[in-house]
This record gives sequence, C-alpha cells and structure tokens, in this order.
Amino acid sequence: MDESLTLHFTVPPDDFTRAGEASSSTKATLKQLGLPADVIRRVSIVMYEGEINMVIHANGGEITVTISPDQITMVLKDAGPGIPDIQQAMQAGWSTASGAARDLGFGAGMGLPNMKKCADTLDIDSTVGVGTTVTAVVRL
Amino acid sequence: MTLRELVDSGLFQVVNRGEELDRTVDRVFCCDLLSVAMCNAPAGCAWVTVMGNINTLAVVALTDAACVILAGGVQLDPPAAQRAVQQGITVLATDQPVFEAALAVHQRLHG
Repeated sequence: MDESLTLHFTVPPDDFTRAGEASSSTKATLKQLGLPADVIRRVSIVMYEGEINMVIHANGGEITVTISPDQITMVLKDAGPGIPDIQQAMQAGWSTASGAARDLGFGAGMGLPNMKKCADTLDIDSTVGVGTTVTAVVRL
Repeated sequence: MTLRELVDSGLFQVVNRGEELDRTVDRVFCCDLLSVAMCNAPAGCAWVTVMGNINTLAVVALTDAACVILAGGVQLDPPAAQRAVQQGITVLATDQPVFEAALAVHQRLHG
C-alpha cells in the first residue's frame, strides 16, 4: 500500500440487528488487502465493540477507518450522553447497559477494556451532554 | 477434525450448513457473554453458547470461529437464521446443556 485508504460508516441508533456491519465490512477490506490475521482480528474487535457501544449508549454514530501503510486508525464519534467518569468506564465489569442490551448478551462491562486490550493506543475524548470520540490505533 | 466431519457426526442438529466445511475445528470454546466471546473465542473453534441472536453470528464471523453450537434447546431467532444463510455460517444445535455439548466435541477431537 502506497497510499491511505479511508472507510466511512454510519452506525444506526437502537438497531442491534445491524451492529457489526461496519466491522464486517472493514474486516473484508483488510482481508482483501492481505493484512495479517492478528491485525484483522484486533481491528474487528475494536470496531465491533465500538459499534455496540454506539448502539447501546449513544443513539448511533459515525466511524472513520483510515488504513495507512504503518497503521490502522479508527475514529468512532457519537453525539450521545458522554461518559462522566472515563476511568470507571474503563474498568472491566462496569456497565450502564440496559436490560435489553444484557438480554442480547451485552452489558458485561467488557467493551472498552476489550478495545484497549486490542488496540495499540486508545484515546477517549468525552464531554457529558455533547458526545464521545474514541480514537483507536492498531499498528501494522 | 474438519468442520464437515463435525457437521456430519450426528452429534448435533444441523441448523445451517455453512461454507468452508473443509476447515479445521481444533478446540471448543464456551461463553454466553458476547463481549467476552468476541475477545477470547479462538479462530477455528466450535463455540458453544445459549445466545441465538443475530449478534452471535457477528461474533462468529469476526472471530473466525469455525461454527456455533446452540446448546440447551436454543434456536436461532428468524433474523439470525437468515443471516446465517447469507453469511455461510455453520450453525449446529442440541438439547444438551452447554457442558455436555462441549464435552461431546472435545471427546471427538481428543478421543
């Protein structure tokens, strides 16, 4: 790859049936590009957890994925309620997910910790009442 | 063991016969929390769970699990059944509880 490739996705609000579409599409693109399986898996996990978080907590959002020769950058931006205490949100097991989300197998409080585990860097910029932007990087 | 051998073993009901049946199934993984499964299900595993919704299939696809086995009499809901066909994901099912279902695969893998 000599140039960067950018993918853009809109995550619809409150639609668990479509959550995972951006992750699947990104995974397919990375596979076509012949990137290592471990990188594809880590990007897929970050994307999927981000999508689910947007559906559960933030009325959807926008995801931009930039695939560069040396790294994959995912910017997940929503206009949801924001995260009052990011440190608390990063704790494994902490969750504010609804009963509906839990009934579907989510809400284990593992989303952000999983994203941190799989990304080389994870930055969260959140303002209560304004929204949250999560920037995750997986290096090649 | 290949996925085809597992599908044709008679151990489980075949809900959807997916693609890539010649791939290897080399271990069993059990988990019902999707975020935990997402991060920990190994590629090539037979994943045993009681979650039969469309997000289960997303986790199968993204982790490269070889198949999903629905235990405890759980069935796919209609949108999930449709997605399994669309994406060529192998889905098996059993009335057995999770442990017994996983043990049956483990015994087939390791004698």
